[in-house]
Amino acid sequence: MSRLPQREGQRIDRSRPLGFSFDGKPRQGFAGDTIASALYADGQRVFSRSFKYHRKRGEICGCGQCANSLVTVDGAPGVRACAEPLADGMAVEHQNAWPSLEFDLMAATDRFGSRLTPPGFYYKTFIKPRRLWPYYERVLRRAAGLGRLPRRQAERGWETEYRRRHCDVAVIGGGVAGLAAALRAAELGADVVLCDEDIEPGGLLLAEGAHEQARDLAARCEEAGVEILSRASALGYFDGLVAIWQGDTLHQVRADRHVAATGAIEQPLIFPGNDLPGVMLSGGALRLAALYAVSPGESVVVSTCERRGLENALLLHNLGVSVAAVADLRREGDEELCDSLRAAGIEVLRGTTAVGASGRGQLAKVTLAAVDARGRAQGHPREIVCDCLAVCGGAAPASSLLLQAGARAGYEPGANRFLPGEFPPGVNGAGAVIGNEDPASALLSGSLAGAESALALGFGGAEDRARAEDERGRLEAATASPSPCLAPPALATDGRSEKAFVDLDEDVTAKDVAYAAAEGYDSIELSKRYTTATMGPSQGRFSQLAAVRALAEDTGLTLGEVGLTTARPPWTPVPLGALAGRPFEPAKRSALHGRHREAGAVVKWAGDWRRAYDYGDPAAEALAVQDDAGLIDVSTLGKLIVRGPEAGELLDRLYPNRMSTLKPGRIRYGILTSEAGRITDDGTVCRLDEETFYVTTTSSGAAAVEQWFSWWQADWRLDASITDVTQGVAAMNLAGPRARQILAELTELDCSNEAFPYLDGQHGEVAGVPCLLLRIGFVGEVGYELHCPAPNARALWDAIAARGARPFGLEPQRILRLQKHHILVGQDTDSESTPYGAALGWAVKLDKEQDFIGRWALEAKAESEPPTALVGFVCPGGEVPSEGAAVVEAGVVTGQVTSSRRSPKLGQSIGLAMVPPAAARDGARIVISDRGQRIEATVQTAPFYDPEGEVLRS
Amino acid sequence: MSFVLTCPNCGTREVTDFGFGGEVSARPASKPPQRELNRYIYFRRNVAGPQREWWVHRSGCRQWFLAERDTRTNEVLWTARPEEAP
Repeated sequence: MSRLPQREGQRIDRSRPLGFSFDGKPRQGFAGDTIASALYADGQRVFSRSFKYHRKRGEICGCGQCANSLVTVDGAPGVRACAEPLADGMAVEHQNAWPSLEFDLMAATDRFGSRLTPPGFYYKTFIKPRRLWPYYERVLRRAAGLGRLPRRQAERGWETEYRRRHCDVAVIGGGVAGLAAALRAAELGADVVLCDEDIEPGGLLLAEGAHEQARDLAARCEEAGVEILSRASALGYFDGLVAIWQGDTLHQVRADRHVAATGAIEQPLIFPGNDLPGVMLSGGALRLAALYAVSPGESVVVSTCERRGLENALLLHNLGVSVAAVADLRREGDEELCDSLRAAGIEVLRGTTAVGASGRGQLAKVTLAAVDARGRAQGHPREIVCDCLAVCGGAAPASSLLLQAGARAGYEPGANRFLPGEFPPGVNGAGAVIGNEDPASALLSGSLAGAESALALGFGGAEDRARAEDERGRLEAATASPSPCLAPPALATDGRSEKAFVDLDEDVTAKDVAYAAAEGYDSIELSKRYTTATMGPSQGRFSQLAAVRALAEDTGLTLGEVGLTTARPPWTPVPLGALAGRPFEPAKRSALHGRHREAGAVVKWAGDWRRAYDYGDPAAEALAVQDDAGLIDVSTLGKLIVRGPEAGELLDRLYPNRMSTLKPGRIRYGILTSEAGRITDDGTVCRLDEETFYVTTTSSGAAAVEQWFSWWQADWRLDASITDVTQGVAAMNLAGPRARQILAELTELDCSNEAFPYLDGQHGEVAGVPCLLLRIGFVGEVGYELHCPAPNARALWDAIAARGARPFGLEPQRILRLQKHHILVGQDTDSESTPYGAALGWAVKLDKEQDFIGRWALEAKAESEPPTALVGFVCPGGEVPSEGAAVVEAGVVTGQVTSSRRSPKLGQSIGLAMVPPAAARDGARIVISDRGQRIEATVQTAPFYDPEGEVLRS
Repeated sequence: MSFVLTCPNCGTREVTDFGFGGEVSARPASKPPQRELNRYIYFRRNVAGPQREWWVHRSGCRQWFLAERDTRTNEVLWTARPEEAP
């Protein structure tokens, strides 16, 4: 393993070697390495194969921006090798090659198939015959794609925290500009959050030998109270909210002011063979050498079209890397820098650029030449043997977030960049993203943006304003005479036939863009979609400018006229798991949940609740209720206390029947309707005393009913209060012929039918637990709903169960209530159901003088026949139709089954169905079509069990 | 959609903390003619601009309050308890 000499600023700790494996073979790196730097140091130049042609691809940017370094780590595909810190024992595998990285059968597409696979080939090729598509699809799916998900996934171990953070100033990017902006804003008193993608803040400073300045700035930021999020990617700008993904946390940062200091991305050069492993960005080469002490090659050639390439060449040389030659497309400018390079023994070839690279799966030779305006090689090309070509084709500002925020990008020919401008209010740019690239002006630009942001929020004073003005002047002076840039040609070539890639992620060549333009896809948005250039994981970081340039070349338009494609989030590839958040299913459990578990209950979701569905034998449980005594946990019922002098008035306005006339201690059933007269919920109301009502709602409707009540109350402002006690009060229903006897054994209350009749509500102690006892009969037997403080629920449950009441679950309850035609709102009603269509017309009292919600609509409904009626039915053949099965008449669907069960007590298949009014009479025959099966049923309008309610009242 | 609202009881929170109650429409004092009733039940003005609307602090104090919001920009002009609303 070869490394460059130890220097300040390197990330690796040579005293801590780490072992890992690549494609099963053991490898070694150091603590502080990334996967890519460790592999590179170990001589591995190829990490994966490309998307379409399965070409070998190697390191490019060294900072996790491209798709070249995607590997599978411990089974998880799509990990960016050059950004992922190495960990001991990691199992790293290549992606996109079969059977091996070195020998990939699919690479045949590259050799033979590329003429057959131009852009859009699958739209054209695999159309006919249509029946073969499934076969084509299988082959294509195998051929394309990045990485492979394991067939079997472990139980989801990924939990993302959502974190909300409000601050004054959010700074995106932790390079010199971002750090300066954050520092300045924080020093002026602002609450600042800074996020940075890298392992540590500092940006280019870290690689360019100014790590001390970087660390100093970061330390001062921390001191000033800046919250620095490292390894945190800003995914997008959403109406002032910036989503930042940091490992297991998704931060949602909302700030009053934003500073985008997102930097600029060095661009590749387009020439034949430009994707060979060994061709990388000059910044990538520098990162390898400066941060990880890895020499990018034995012999490095640099090809650039602006100052940065020269600087990086010199930095590489100073780090001990052997730089053979530097090709600079510009004929003049930056003479001092060129002289320094020459003094270091590096050949400088002005006016030349890379026009071709060759090698067998690895760069071996580069051809440099002068080029004409269209990029064709002129004069005598120079061939240089090397194993690393570091290119610098200018830079593209990482303006995506700014553009998402509403800024516009315009092409600046002098700067050879699309620079963002017309920033929306509250948004600043700083540093390279707005063209202030050299460290000194980036620092000034950042400081100024930080000051402007904080000053705009009212921090600082006149002195700070003056300082900002001074900085503005100095920045203008510093950027007055920029180093000359020369736009590289869209394609520089010496005429060889090898592919020149515009987009490495998607394997799009310069030829493909020309081909698409020739087919008429001559706008950048169309070209993008047709060729898929810029649509890969790097989101056009290295390909957008090249694609625009290629299209401009092909269409004769200027770059400004071609423009950029719309910037959309996410800017950084993000696992869906991070966006989906943690499996946040707020399960509500009743105070008795443990008892149900112990009793072996089948627990299922019912809305937000985890409920006991049955205890193993629903039919037997239902029979136990009817023949002896049963006990069900109904703590899930919504429970509201409505109290105050006008509580009765409030309820009268909300329910279609009269609640204010209830006598204390009595209970009434009520439905709730919308203004349109549709049923929204149902439940019971018990008047506890003159001013207090105890309201129960359906289990799933509790929150909505509370909201509904308090909404109207907010408008009417009656003298009444609404308190939701759902969570604090447990409830259980003791029902069955022996229920009264069991209750009597546990309470001093007189439980006789005379003293405690049907629909009475009484307070009393049961088994020593203070209870509100409601005599209601949802299941159709004599029953007592016992409401008690949740902490006492277990004691009460145990005492009752000990006397032989059999616990029963939701399923037997559904059988029992169906026997009684007791509807379930939402099951037997839908959003169109009125009380009249749900056999609940009796619960609407239009003769009451009081106005109520839905009254006007119901008055109209009462006058006409409802379009459907809810009726009971019996299937004489014993079939149990599915819930939701269609009721048909002469082949036309006229209704549907809403509930159906087999009643063990009655020995019948029973149900409820919405049917046409004509069929809503006893004995009417209806036909149910259930998944092709024809089921005959007979309508029965009265409850199947105890139609007169004698059992209930006994 | 993403913005913040200031609950009159709890203070400024993300919009996802709140439930939306729609634009404020006055309930007729007495039964209106059918056409007006349908308008009241089913139709909304749906203005492009400042709109008076109901919000409930669902994940907080659970109180309803009024707000005026510019539906084009999501700028919230004010929030207030119903009895204190301008």
